[in-house]
Amino acid sequence: MCLAVPGRVLDIGEKDGTRMATVDFGGVQKEVCLEYLPDLQVGEYAIVHVGFALQRLDEESAKQTLELFAQLGMLQEEFGDPWEQAAAVGGDPWPFTDDPDLEPGPASEPAPALAAPQEEGRP
Amino acid sequence: MKYIEEFQDPDLARRLLDDIHATVTRPWALMEVCGGQTHTIIRHGIDQLLPEQVELIHGPGCPVCVTPLEVIDKALEIASRPDVIFCSFGDMLRVPGTGRDLFQVRSEGGDVRVVYSPLDALRIAQQNPKRQVVFFGIGFETTAPPNAMTVHQAKKLGIPNFSLLVSHVRVPPAIEAIMRSPSCRVQGFLAAGHVCSVMGVREYPELAARHRVPIVVTGFEPLDILEGVRRAVRQLERGEHTVDNAYARAVRPEGNPAALAMLEDVFEVTDRAWRGIGVIPDSGWRLSERYRDFDAEHRFSVTGINTLEPAECRSGEVLQGLLKPHECEAFGTLCTPRSPLGATMVSSEGACAAYYLYRRLELGTVPSAKAANPAVAAPTAASAPLEASPVV
Ligand code: SF4
Repeated sequence: MCLAVPGRVLDIGEKDGTRMATVDFGGVQKEVCLEYLPDLQVGEYAIVHVGFALQRLDEESAKQTLELFAQLGMLQEEFGDPWEQAAAVGGDPWPFTDDPDLEPGPASEPAPALAAPQEEGRP
Repeated sequence: MKYIEEFQDPDLARRLLDDIHATVTRPWALMEVCGGQTHTIIRHGIDQLLPEQVELIHGPGCPVCVTPLEVIDKALEIASRPDVIFCSFGDMLRVPGTGRDLFQVRSEGGDVRVVYSPLDALRIAQQNPKRQVVFFGIGFETTAPPNAMTVHQAKKLGIPNFSLLVSHVRVPPAIEAIMRSPSCRVQGFLAAGHVCSVMGVREYPELAARHRVPIVVTGFEPLDILEGVRRAVRQLERGEHTVDNAYARAVRPEGNPAALAMLEDVFEVTDRAWRGIGVIPDSGWRLSERYRDFDAEHRFSVTGINTLEPAECRSGEVLQGLLKPHECEAFGTLCTPRSPLGATMVSSEGACAAYYLYRRLELGTVPSAKAANPAVAAPTAASAPLEASPVV
């Protein structure tokens, strides 16, 4: 959760009187609040944490970080389906059968990050 | 110095490591404050690449881990109410309260939703005017400004059915508490970079001077950590104790003024209990008087909470750097991510989780050896040219 991910501003608009942007994180796009970096422009990079741009970042370091995060599966951890990840950690059945909001993913799909190293070599 | 090819820029990593090896003459203990940094260190085996004399102690900087059990229990209770939509970040789903977690509340029919941003929770409140929407507001100085803005928006837009269950914590008082502890071994800090992106560094010079401890603002990538260690070790060897910014690309000395102003408006400093550690004076935020209406604890009188910490769990000592996770008796036996006793085993930034995910194989066979990281061993084991690098 402390992970802040660099992203590139694609467009800027307003919502409920608040400056918002669409930001691209190595392929995943999210809506991001720009109130804390009001002069951020389209094309610039920023460090984004839980949907808020917190500090500018130069393009070079942003790209390096994104590449590294992608390699390490951290983007998947950050933007993947949290229910699926939580289910995998606890070994629970997934998806919830009665769920109207969440798009049920295939139950057998390998859960990312936390799941994989668990089975092989449990003490 | 095995496995260095795993670094994004192996040459730079090697130069940094050579410099650290050449600088060190005595044993030093550094604490990395942030759990994200702990994961980077363990994942890449950075602690094993460093000279024997440099010990990295894992700090309390995992927001999920330090959230008190009582607050988790309050969250579980509120989330179970039929009139409530309970919104949280995904990391909280598996954190054990007394007897259950949010994931279980959801499977028992509670309306628990995971959001990416607190603003998503506000939107859910707008879309569901007949129901109460509660957002679980935890985290350090990085997460507090987004939550502050969300409450500010709720007030501005007049959204009466939104509230925040708030348990925010602040890093500098935790550093103070660690330094004051009689058992403290920490001689230098790698301060959490993203916290400083918001707060700047103004709180640190006084701390560094008073405790005569170098504080190096450090990022989260492997090379950032190496650079942070290098600068801290240099200071220690020279007898210096200043604040140094090794993460200048994301941290300005003044922090983020707009975020600081919002924090000041929405929150006020309060004493806060840290799970496993106890109350640290002035170490948290709560909603200020003006925003009290949006405080979930005021809105829902949560009573009859009977918290029960598992006796075996030593996460308090882990969080204070007094114990390494694998030194806990329950590690990997009674306590695993699948059935965790403490939050440090399930949080994506928890120290116990880091050891379990990346190092448990070696720990099972050679408990104290500086063993290799299994996650990186396989692809790079053949290339280990720097084993003989000088340790001065
Ligand atoms: S290994 Fe488990 S029981 Fe031991 S300190 Fe960590 S979370 Fe607690």
